[in-house]
Amino acid sequence: MAEPATPAAPAPRRASHPIDARLVAGAVVIGALVLVALFAPLIAPHDPLEQDLLYSMLPPSWQAGGEPGYLFGTDSLGRDILSRLIYATRVALTVALIAALLAAAIGSLLGLLAGYFGGAVDQAVSRLIEVWMAFPPVLLAIVLAAVLGAGLSSVIVAIVVVDWTRFARVVRSETMVEREMEYVASARTLGLSGVFILWKEVLPNVAPLIITLVSVEMGIAIVVEAILSFVGLSISTDFPTWGGMIAEGRQVVYQTPWLLGLPIAAIVVAVLGFNLMGDGLRHALDPVHRR
Amino acid sequence: MSTPLLKVEDLVVTIAGQPVLRDVSLSVAPGEVHGLVGESGAGKSTIGKAVLGLLPRSAKITHGFVMVDGVDLPGMAEARRRRLLAKEIALIPQDPMTALNPVKRIGVQMIAPLTRHLGLSRKEARARALAGLEEVAIHDAEAVLDRYPHELSGGMRQRVLIAMAFQTTPRLIIADEPTTALDVTVQRQILALIRDLQARHEAAVLFVTHDLGVVAKICDRVTVLHAGRVLEQGSCAQVIEHPQHPYTQALQAATPRFDRPADVLSPVPASLAASLWKDASEWDRRHPGGTL
Ligand SMILES: Nc1ncnc2c1ncn2[C@@H]1O[C@H](COP(=O)(O)OP(=O)(O)OP(=O)(O)O)[C@@H](O)[C@H]1O
Ligand SMILES: [Mg+2]
Repeated sequence: MAEPATPAAPAPRRASHPIDARLVAGAVVIGALVLVALFAPLIAPHDPLEQDLLYSMLPPSWQAGGEPGYLFGTDSLGRDILSRLIYATRVALTVALIAALLAAAIGSLLGLLAGYFGGAVDQAVSRLIEVWMAFPPVLLAIVLAAVLGAGLSSVIVAIVVVDWTRFARVVRSETMVEREMEYVASARTLGLSGVFILWKEVLPNVAPLIITLVSVEMGIAIVVEAILSFVGLSISTDFPTWGGMIAEGRQVVYQTPWLLGLPIAAIVVAVLGFNLMGDGLRHALDPVHRR
Repeated sequence: MSTPLLKVEDLVVTIAGQPVLRDVSLSVAPGEVHGLVGESGAGKSTIGKAVLGLLPRSAKITHGFVMVDGVDLPGMAEARRRRLLAKEIALIPQDPMTALNPVKRIGVQMIAPLTRHLGLSRKEARARALAGLEEVAIHDAEAVLDRYPHELSGGMRQRVLIAMAFQTTPRLIIADEPTTALDVTVQRQILALIRDLQARHEAAVLFVTHDLGVVAKICDRVTVLHAGRVLEQGSCAQVIEHPQHPYTQALQAATPRFDRPADVLSPVPASLAASLWKDASEWDRRHPGGTL
């Protein structure tokens, strides 16, 4: 019998890591936006579609000429800006969530297959990515949305079609790194099949990266959605979207600069929130702090 | 000698068209520990990978065969080969740091092959894993099953990997420099452990190392490899005590031993290395593209 083992080295580090400040900040911002979107009818002081031409172009309530019922004033059709901002959160988050998840699913699947099996599969996926990347992404999204016609689902499709390569590229190279690890060789000598190893051994190691990318992608999707609604390719122009509000605000920027500034601020806050959360998640989800 | 468990014959492997194994033959009898010695790049791991079916995509077996129990392994149907690998052959890898999946608990990793391939129930598999950990002298086995790999030291991880290799009671174990990544005292314990388990389970071991000192401690027979060519083969006592090939003699002289001072260690002479590489390229010239 061999000598007894040295006791399990450094005391288990499984206990709590200090929670990452970025993760908390990002989660708070995103959590707040989600609540606003969910409870829009309760929070919004007015119907976002209700026009009142007598009250058009009101300044914020604290300025001279402002009305107390309209905190951020009204637009040129007399609609309450605060209420429109609140309702626009719904479109932004819906598009961000669905588009990011779909792009992640498609891109990650292709990236995993290409990275793990290599050879002809990798050749095919890599060529496809290269061709895709030759198009400027925003232009491609605009053309696609134009071809598909305006509407929420075409915005989502346009974002997915343009952005799956983000996931495919990163997941492919990460998978290539993982497949060289000895645990993959060990799994193969245990007689496990390629698909099983990819799914049960490699994917769990790549998953934190994918989750991080989803968070960042949601920020990107919000910007793209804003651009598409700015050029009028999103949901109908009546319904409030941040991009649509920017388009309206641009025309009256000298009279009511806040109509332009507020939706821009909302977009910046949302994108910042998603990026903070993505950054924080990357550290929180990594069991070994390898990256 | 009884019929060999592992028989590698006239094996030529090229990687990206370049010969890496140049006509290698060796055989390992049941229950034997066979040392495979050579410097870095000699092709030791490539032999192990050829046996395990882990050769890189760019590698080709251009000649010869690898037989386990009289069956040609690379030529075997995929499903059948996977079953054979799972049941009969195990690997103790070189780097205990990357050989365990970092995101899965030890228990999960030990139990999966038992339930999948040996058809054990989860409870039986857990009991078997526990017994395996105790066999490699891990005392708090229950707790270790619930740990993640990064929570264990290198030596502990290597013990876990050894337990994993033996738990399916394979007949052949490929140990690819299993102690290289460990410090010297742990190295000694791990070697003793492998020898002990190997004897108890009557498993054959193909033990890859670049260290003749390690070979002397653990092996029954030895193959000395250089540039993918077998230079010398024989029983451990014979090769270690009376090396025939000048390269083995040089390796021997370069191996630290307790019975002589460290300052008489001498590296392999440059002229010898040069002539060996000349032989290798001569071989390549006579066997274009790795054909025999
Ligand atoms: N994936 C690969 N691609 C290209 N060449 C390779 C590859 N794997 C191995 N080789 C080459 O094959 C030769 C033998 O490699 P191998 O890993 O078998 O050596 P080794 O004896 O195990 O060395 P070490 O002691 O460093 O592990 C080397 O010259 C190496 O450069
Ligand atoms: Mg090696």
